[in-house]
Amino acid sequence: MPTLEIRDLHVSVDTKEGPKPILRGVDLTINSGETHAIMGPNGSGKSTLASALAGHPKYQVTSGTVTLDGEDVLAMTVDERARAGLFLAMQYPVEVPGVSVANFLRTAKTAIDGEAPALRTWGKEVKAAMADLRIDAAFSERSVNEGFSGGEKKRHEILQMELFKPRFAILDETDSGLDVDALRVVSEGVNRAKQNTDVGVLLITHYTRILRYIKPDFVHVFVDGRIAEEGGPELAERLENEGYDRYVGTGTTMSA
Amino acid sequence: MAITTDHTRAVADGAHSHGVVPAGSRAERKTSFDLADIPVPTGREEEWRFSPVARLQPLFAEDLGAGGVLTTVVEAPEAKVEIVGKDDARLGTTGKPGDRTAVTAWNAAQEATVITLPAEAVASDVTSVRVEGVTKDVTAQHLLVRAEHHAEGVVVIDHRGDAMLNQTVEIVVEDGAHLTLVSVQDWTDGAVHASSHRARVGRDAKLKHVVVTFGGDVVRITPDATFTAEGGEVEMVGLYFADTDQHQEHRLFVDHAVPRCKSRVTYKGALQGVGAHTVWVGDVLIQAEAEGTDTYELNRNLVLSDGARADSVPNLEIETGEIDGAGHASATGRFDDEQLFYLMARGIPEVDARRLVVRGFFAELIEEIGVPSVRDRLIASIEAELEKSMSVITGIAPAAAGEAEQA
Repeated sequence: MPTLEIRDLHVSVDTKEGPKPILRGVDLTINSGETHAIMGPNGSGKSTLASALAGHPKYQVTSGTVTLDGEDVLAMTVDERARAGLFLAMQYPVEVPGVSVANFLRTAKTAIDGEAPALRTWGKEVKAAMADLRIDAAFSERSVNEGFSGGEKKRHEILQMELFKPRFAILDETDSGLDVDALRVVSEGVNRAKQNTDVGVLLITHYTRILRYIKPDFVHVFVDGRIAEEGGPELAERLENEGYDRYVGTGTTMSA
Repeated sequence: MAITTDHTRAVADGAHSHGVVPAGSRAERKTSFDLADIPVPTGREEEWRFSPVARLQPLFAEDLGAGGVLTTVVEAPEAKVEIVGKDDARLGTTGKPGDRTAVTAWNAAQEATVITLPAEAVASDVTSVRVEGVTKDVTAQHLLVRAEHHAEGVVVIDHRGDAMLNQTVEIVVEDGAHLTLVSVQDWTDGAVHASSHRARVGRDAKLKHVVVTFGGDVVRITPDATFTAEGGEVEMVGLYFADTDQHQEHRLFVDHAVPRCKSRVTYKGALQGVGAHTVWVGDVLIQAEAEGTDTYELNRNLVLSDGARADSVPNLEIETGEIDGAGHASATGRFDDEQLFYLMARGIPEVDARRLVVRGFFAELIEEIGVPSVRDRLIASIEAELEKSMSVITGIAPAAAGEAEQA
């Protein structure tokens, strides 16, 4: 069974004042088909974990290991990680002017699969996946993320998750900024991907509301760069009621 | 009345030089057919301050030859081509030279190639003017492209080879005519090219003026466009790609001398390599009489590697408040690493990701050019430029000869 294994991961971010440690020893094992929710207050390092796993150059791994089926993920370049089966749905998807969504999707799919998708079926597949996510067909010809609303960007991220069929998907606050309708559409997309591909999901969120649509198998509470508590779905319910106060003292409450 | 000056897209790369006020109004700049009126520049003059005047020096001389380039015209069936003496009355009607190279080019050329799209003719094919550098003799050349009233057509001037060329291109677009004029600078290394384009646009006439610069050591093009009657429209599009030690300069001037004309300027450039230098200056003058003017100019530069420099200076002079719109935008940015990360996080290798971004940067402009043969050529040239930069990134640039033996 494919496994993404994170062991004692320490990560620093480059700042003007020099490297600043963010992650302080993260241990996490995700098997395919499993959904792990990572919850935590702002600044706890959740998004740093996502970016570090994808290989963003701003983040430096200072110690620890990440393996995908025993393969050393940290030794891979950003694109190699994606081709190995890692997918990051970004919190702030980037605009790429002049590159159409259709061209981008085909180029990425070709890179990930190592061969161009069959022309006829690919077109249909993209169309159907866009319809499922309530993305207008006209978006194919638009530049990637350019002029997209927040909700459109997030749906475009999940569209890619459905089409690229990764082995492990990291969803970095995909729910933030979404209204209820968009949240439902996006969640349905994630659930479809889980059903169709047995993808392992690392769901990073500040709020519990997305967990009503996407059922986690495990919940991890992230505080100060490491996992402070772990449990099943019931942990999310407790966080819903109590907030993060018990982990961080005063001042930080959950506003779900 | 609506005056908008769009600064929202400007970025602080020191490129958008609002602080530098040109020496007086553009309208006051000296223009003349007389060599004595426009002396050899020192490099400190406003119009030369970004230019490598030392490398342009041969083109400042009074006596220039004529044999350095071979010019071949393949005209549309409807078009007429003539070689005429310098005394032909049709020459010199588009305005006086405005800088030293323009005045030496005017005085040195002994004859001119005149291309005419006759009145009401719609050209069924592109007229192509191939200018091939054959020797490095400093050469003056004069071209006149005339679209008579209600004529329509496309003229492509294509520069190749190696040359020292000082050129005048006069463009006359008579009432109701639609002319697309394209100038492609695809010189080999070593070429030095100065060119003064001077256009007159008549009543309800439309000029689409396209400049594409890839090759040559120094290319300096100064397109001027003047409206002579109401209802005229000028669209100026430019695309350039500068490599190591290349100087590519485009200085535009749109003179709104009459009411109710429209101008659009869109220039985009990419730079890579140490010493790559591009200059874009866009002067727009809206004269007091030019009520109802609508103008907008945009310059964007994409810096792909360290050691390259892009200067971008839009200047808008407005002498009347009664206009429809006037604006400009200038932005020079480095290659965006977040874009690269996003694309690579989708499995796309770095080389391909960079290529996508650069192609994307130019994509819209390439479509705007609207001449299929030029478009295909452009895409191929951009690919070739990208090959050069990719070989640097991937480290597969060929090693210097003899190195292997040394090791």
